[in-house]
Amino acid sequence: MRLADTLGMAVQAIVRNKLRSFLTTLGIIIGVASVVAMVHLGQSATRSVTEQIASIGSNLLFVMPGTAQRGPGGVRTSAEPFAMDDVEALRREIAGILVAPGLSRSTSVVLGNANETLSVEGTSNEYFTVRNHAVAQGRGFEAAEQRSGAAVCVIGQTVVDEMYGLQEPLGSTLRVGRTACQVVGVLEAKGQSMGQDRDKAVLMPIKAVQRRLVGELDVGVVYVSALVDGTTQRVQGEIEALLRQRRRLAEGEPDDFYVRDTQDIADALEQTTATLTILLGAIAAVSLLVGGIGIMNIMLVSVTERTREIGIRLAIGARSGDVQTQFLVESVLLATLGGLVGLLLGVGGTWLVTERLAMPFVLSPAVMALGFSFSVAIGVAFGYFPARKAARLNPIEALRHE
Amino acid sequence: MHALAGVDLTIRAGEFVAVMGPSGSGKSTCMNLLGCLDVPSAGEYRFCGVPVAGLSRDALALLRRHYMGFVFQSFNLLPRITALDNVALPLVYAGEGRERRRRRAMAALTSVGLAERAMATSSQLSGGQQQRVAIARALVTEPPLLLADEPTGNLDTARAEEIMGLLAALRADRDITIVMVTHEPDIAAHADRVLYFVDGRLTCDGTPAEVLA
Repeated sequence: MRLADTLGMAVQAIVRNKLRSFLTTLGIIIGVASVVAMVHLGQSATRSVTEQIASIGSNLLFVMPGTAQRGPGGVRTSAEPFAMDDVEALRREIAGILVAPGLSRSTSVVLGNANETLSVEGTSNEYFTVRNHAVAQGRGFEAAEQRSGAAVCVIGQTVVDEMYGLQEPLGSTLRVGRTACQVVGVLEAKGQSMGQDRDKAVLMPIKAVQRRLVGELDVGVVYVSALVDGTTQRVQGEIEALLRQRRRLAEGEPDDFYVRDTQDIADALEQTTATLTILLGAIAAVSLLVGGIGIMNIMLVSVTERTREIGIRLAIGARSGDVQTQFLVESVLLATLGGLVGLLLGVGGTWLVTERLAMPFVLSPAVMALGFSFSVAIGVAFGYFPARKAARLNPIEALRHE
Repeated sequence: MHALAGVDLTIRAGEFVAVMGPSGSGKSTCMNLLGCLDVPSAGEYRFCGVPVAGLSRDALALLRRHYMGFVFQSFNLLPRITALDNVALPLVYAGEGRERRRRRAMAALTSVGLAERAMATSSQLSGGQQQRVAIARALVTEPPLLLADEPTGNLDTARAEEIMGLLAALRADRDITIVMVTHEPDIAAHADRVLYFVDGRLTCDGTPAEVLA
């Protein structure tokens, strides 16, 4: 018997019972669609986390006073804050890094009738490079402005949108706290990152924030960026050693500051999404399994219904193998069709969701191939038993079957 | 308890044999054995000199495919496919190509006088026509042996006579051995030889005139 004829028979049997064939494959369709969609969405989420982390600044280290506490909120105990001397020391002593200080204060920002409470951050020109957030229009801070703590600021895109509308921000004067502050630059749009709108930013020279808003010469955080990939480990060690020395910590005394690597955060988040992906994929795989059982169920019913037909085929010269192949091909074909439709639905669903959630649309050939071949394998596995049952029928009894 | 006991029987090539007997007499078992649908639990059946007992299921299927054609009381055509496809089905299992299948099936349908109904499905055919399609299907592989299990059992007298006429014509046309189970003496009268079974034993074996007298 030729393969084309076997396929033809299977197609005929499937087409003859269109509704039943569709309902039979529905389980596979849903199973494959959910596996493909879940795993793809998981990969999209991972990609989106990675991209967000890259947008924070690569090879970025946060250095903060206090002790890092594990657990929700990451509570810090109070410790002596950093001063600009510390920033200068880091810049001077450690090779291959860029350093920017940071000091934030939440304060009211007013422009005409628009009034918002924003976190205003004092920093230096290095910030734009270290935090990977460039000035799109206008300029950064001039050296003289940084030295004197001039009342100038660079603002983010969200601030522009919310406060200025169609007005031109460059050259305008914002009231920040009690200071009239000239807008000299606008940052490039960055969007959401780790749940924060990075465009909701007002940056001033750190001296301006220290003097005009905070009233103390502290530095809240030091941003350090390693210039060469893969050196953050070394840099972190050197920062720790230097700061311990400057803060006169004795041997065995715990750090009263901490250094956090964005790669740590990235790794933790990626691991979380990867675990979630596996979990979701596993749940979806169970539904695919249930779909396979559905196929087996219907094929068993079909074999019983077609017992007489099987008897006729055996009488006119079909071998057991021919009958077995016929039923096996039928279930594999059903599963394959279901797999294809499920694949399309899964990819379509992924696209819809990523589009709505503004996530990157990731298409993984490996996942698609896996989902599809899994459905074919299910067709073989769950079609085998009914097909064998059909092949083992006794021709005389089959012919007598009503 | 054996379905058949002490039956010693030789059917020669070219014979037209009618098998008769009351229900449960063993005539169906005899047919199933002859058609290699069943193998004897004891005793021996040689087909063309080959003992069938030692053959595998697949070998029996190949015997049926190439050496035997079956006609049933209830026609047993596959529903929903055309007469032509029904007739071509044995050739599908024989691995024939599509074109050759069509040609041979058409020739077989022509020989039973149903060429113009080739595209009809079995539900569109009358009983007599269905049985003629079934005969075409049985003969399409040109087997030496035709086994007919009450081929006229579901037909009225006129249609039954038509079928018997067709069998006679086919016999005249080609070298074929026919074994036919029937209840009706009128139908058995068309055969050369009549076997009469009672309780699994062959009680009469002779010409219709002798047995039916």
